[in-house]
Amino acid sequence: MSEPTNTLDGKAASAEGALAKGAKGGKDAKERVASLWTDAWYDLRRNPLFIIGGLLVLFMVALAVAPQLFTDKDPNSAGFCELASSLKRPSADHWFGFDVQGCDIYTRTVWGARNSIIVGILTTSLVVLVGGTLGLLAGWLTGFWDSLLSRVTEIFFAIPLLLGGMLIMSTWQKGNAWTVSAVMAVLGWPQIYRLMRSAVISNKHNDYVVAARALGAGTRRIVTRHILPNAVAPVIVVSTINLGVYIGAEAALSYLGIGIQSPAISWGLMISDAQSRFLNAPHVLLFPAAVLSITVLAFIMLGDAVRDALDPKLR
Amino acid sequence: MTDTTKPSGARDGGPRLDAVELLGARRENLVPGTPLLEVDDLHVEFATRDGIAKAVNGVSYSVSAGETLAVLGESGSGKSVTAQAIMGILDMPPGRITAGKILFRGQDLLRMSSKARRAVRGRKIAMIFQDALSSLNPVLSVGFQLGEMFRAHHGTSRKEAKDKAIELMERVRIPAARQRVNDFPHQFSGGMRQRIMIAMALSMEPDLIIADEPTTALDVTVQAQVMDLLAELQAEFHMGLILITHDLGVVADVADKIAVMYAGRIVETSPVHELYARPAHPYTKGLLNSIPRLDQKGQNLYAIQGLPPSLLKIPTGCAFNPRCDRTQDRCLVELPPLVPVLDAEGADLPGRHSACHFWKETLHG
Amino acid sequence: MAEPILEVRDLVKYYPLTQGILFKRQVGAVKAVDGISFELMKGETLGIVGESGCGKSTLAKVLMNLERATSGEVRFKGQDITRLSGAGLKSVRRNIQMVFQDPYTSLNPRMTVGDIIGEPFEIHPEVAPKGDRRKAVQDLLDVVGLNPEYINRYPHQFSGGQRQRIGIARGLALKPEVIICDEPVSALDVSVQAQVINLLEQLQGEFGLSYMFIAHDLSIVRHISDRVGVMYLGKMVEIGTEEQIYSYPTHPYTQALLSAVPVPDPTGRERRERILLSGDLPSPANPPSGCRFRTRCWKAQERCSVEVPLLAVPELLEGPAAHRSACHFAEVRDVIGTA
Repeated sequence: MSEPTNTLDGKAASAEGALAKGAKGGKDAKERVASLWTDAWYDLRRNPLFIIGGLLVLFMVALAVAPQLFTDKDPNSAGFCELASSLKRPSADHWFGFDVQGCDIYTRTVWGARNSIIVGILTTSLVVLVGGTLGLLAGWLTGFWDSLLSRVTEIFFAIPLLLGGMLIMSTWQKGNAWTVSAVMAVLGWPQIYRLMRSAVISNKHNDYVVAARALGAGTRRIVTRHILPNAVAPVIVVSTINLGVYIGAEAALSYLGIGIQSPAISWGLMISDAQSRFLNAPHVLLFPAAVLSITVLAFIMLGDAVRDALDPKLR
Repeated sequence: MTDTTKPSGARDGGPRLDAVELLGARRENLVPGTPLLEVDDLHVEFATRDGIAKAVNGVSYSVSAGETLAVLGESGSGKSVTAQAIMGILDMPPGRITAGKILFRGQDLLRMSSKARRAVRGRKIAMIFQDALSSLNPVLSVGFQLGEMFRAHHGTSRKEAKDKAIELMERVRIPAARQRVNDFPHQFSGGMRQRIMIAMALSMEPDLIIADEPTTALDVTVQAQVMDLLAELQAEFHMGLILITHDLGVVADVADKIAVMYAGRIVETSPVHELYARPAHPYTKGLLNSIPRLDQKGQNLYAIQGLPPSLLKIPTGCAFNPRCDRTQDRCLVELPPLVPVLDAEGADLPGRHSACHFWKETLHG
Repeated sequence: MAEPILEVRDLVKYYPLTQGILFKRQVGAVKAVDGISFELMKGETLGIVGESGCGKSTLAKVLMNLERATSGEVRFKGQDITRLSGAGLKSVRRNIQMVFQDPYTSLNPRMTVGDIIGEPFEIHPEVAPKGDRRKAVQDLLDVVGLNPEYINRYPHQFSGGQRQRIGIARGLALKPEVIICDEPVSALDVSVQAQVINLLEQLQGEFGLSYMFIAHDLSIVRHISDRVGVMYLGKMVEIGTEEQIYSYPTHPYTQALLSAVPVPDPTGRERRERILLSGDLPSPANPPSGCRFRTRCWKAQERCSVEVPLLAVPELLEGPAAHRSACHFAEVRDVIGTA
């Protein structure tokens, strides 16, 4: 009797997997349903880089959403700044000290998170939406449309983010969180476009896509069920890292006076105001600059951790 | 001895020569039958996310000059890991050699300085891989890559190195070698590329060549050519050859003796003819029965049930017990040692060992 | 024998080679499949053998309508399917399915086994009503010898052999009449190959399937096939029953191919002839004139470079050995020493 049916049982999972792929192996898989996403989450939870980066990001988002929780003062209220306190050093009551106008730096730093996070998230969303959609189209359609889109992208790609941002913002002269995001998104989408396009192209030749076509699946099903879920991983990684980069770029534009304008609060603006007095009042520069750096770093750490977790070579 | 092609600079100079001298291994000593390599009770583990994968669990084998040992096994059997440990190209970490010795001409490679080890690798023991295209540098000409060895090891001049490269290409029967010496790897067919890999392995006149699935990526007709070439070269130079493969057919044509591996252990060793005629381990027997024959249609194909075990959770007792037809209670608890196999009259069958409690029944039944 | 279920007539597939950056112009074509005709009978297994580059995988893609044929016809139950599109094509897809070579890339890693095997039902809802689908998927898992409880697992939790069973279950879901198997076991371990071969044979009996079995392993092809076709450089060079091809091969290429197969039986080796082919496979973009095999053939004569040999029964062949061969000098030569 050499019937093959029912000769397989759950106790022996892949030996090849255990060795060749160096990771997955004979796990008694009845206990958990392990999709690639849950596996990635399992890895992430054990990665200190992810935990530190994640907590920092959560903290910054909390600052942006509810600054009232962290300070009882409102920087927009009358009498918030008192010139008498100008450039006072940090103290027990005022942890970060006062700036030249006599405003409490701690409160301003807390309230300044909102614009940074808005710019980061808004720019990233726009970039993913525009770059991702166009990248998907170009990768899927190929041929003429791909060539056309790719040439257009190359033009945008040739403009550096900051230089282009400076040029547009200084001409436009309407600096706020929304315009800064819009301009950066216009300059930033080609990166995601290229990533998405190449991910789609490399995925669409996979046998499972061919198999779906052989079953008679339509374009929509193939794209949404087979191509997108397998192409989004690199986009997520790069977007997370970019979120930090956009926050940094917003600060740079605001620092140059062409980004977010007073009286709105921005870390970049605070740094700009502080720079001329750095030698006699370093704290005025130090605190917003430190918070900005930590925020950017947090997103980069998060992105790196996600990259490690999603790296298919580890599977 | 066929030693006329020895590079003139081999004897003098070269910073690594002391280590080679230390081994006392010169081509003149390569007399058929000279013991070359002895692997003794090798254990290798890999740290994985899900635990320790025990890839090699006490493997011992030996090869002499002029001899071909075939190591046969499926993926995960530990056949390639053993070879990588011999070559010293194991990824460590996650890999770890936990016990054992690898003696090359009496010297333990695992206890050598990394400098001495490098001198052995490539020069004394060379390796041929399955995928020739990814083993060759795509931006350098084939002749340059072949000649590089001579320039690096012996300080040969550019011109001389090129002549050497042509000579090597002719030795592995690449037609029009002189015209093709400046071609790039992608300009050669798969079979020709594998010949170039063989030429590269031969260039330092090694005592031992380890070929890891050398023909698996090739078409049948090309496979035959490459295997023939290896056999010819071996007859000419008397080096030892370890042929790692999963293909029972390829082995049959060239090997002198076979070691069959399963779940990191050797389960059977035998001179090649006898193994096919009368296997002494149920796994070998199952494998032989599960291959369809070319010369007759045959009826139902025998299939070994189940799957190879996970190296993270190798069954206790005999690792093959969940898939074996002969499994008894004893097999579930007691690890069968690799014991000599005797014929029906009780006489020793030279070279034959089996790691099965019921080798007698398997062999004679 | 039964009536043909699939008839292939003068099938041609060229891939154009283009040059130029702005204005692409065609400078040639890779002649992957170049005028192939054969038929697949109901309930039979037709093996297709040949080395890499012979066009056997392209043939599979054209038969599956994954690539448009350049010319020629593929008739499924009398209807030409090469020009179909839309609903017509979709309904043909129900009847012709495919099993892929690589069990690692042919299953979407982000989908559960249930989703993968259930996808055919979502595309063709008429096959299984919504409420019955889970049951249908579990039945399919059972049919291919997998535990029906595995329905929520992901492909990477399975070994190669188990994945191939999942791929087979997906191919069976629509109850097709023809399954094209493209190297279905070549990526599997030896001990698992036999399990999958046995499964395919058992399913054929159970569901009355017709197989086209493409492989490079000649022993496996002999085992599973009723008839065998040999391809070389986009052409069918010989076709006949399994017995005719293996015991009475008449085309020099078939003979060389058979003689090169390493046989796991060192004692039988002496009885076998070895024919070593010289040279490399010519480029399919620029195949030799006349007979494509002539550049590597030991029988080649003037005539072979001028006149394309037709795939026909050679005059000298009679009786049970008579089968089609595309060689001007076809004659039986028993290379594996059996007949």
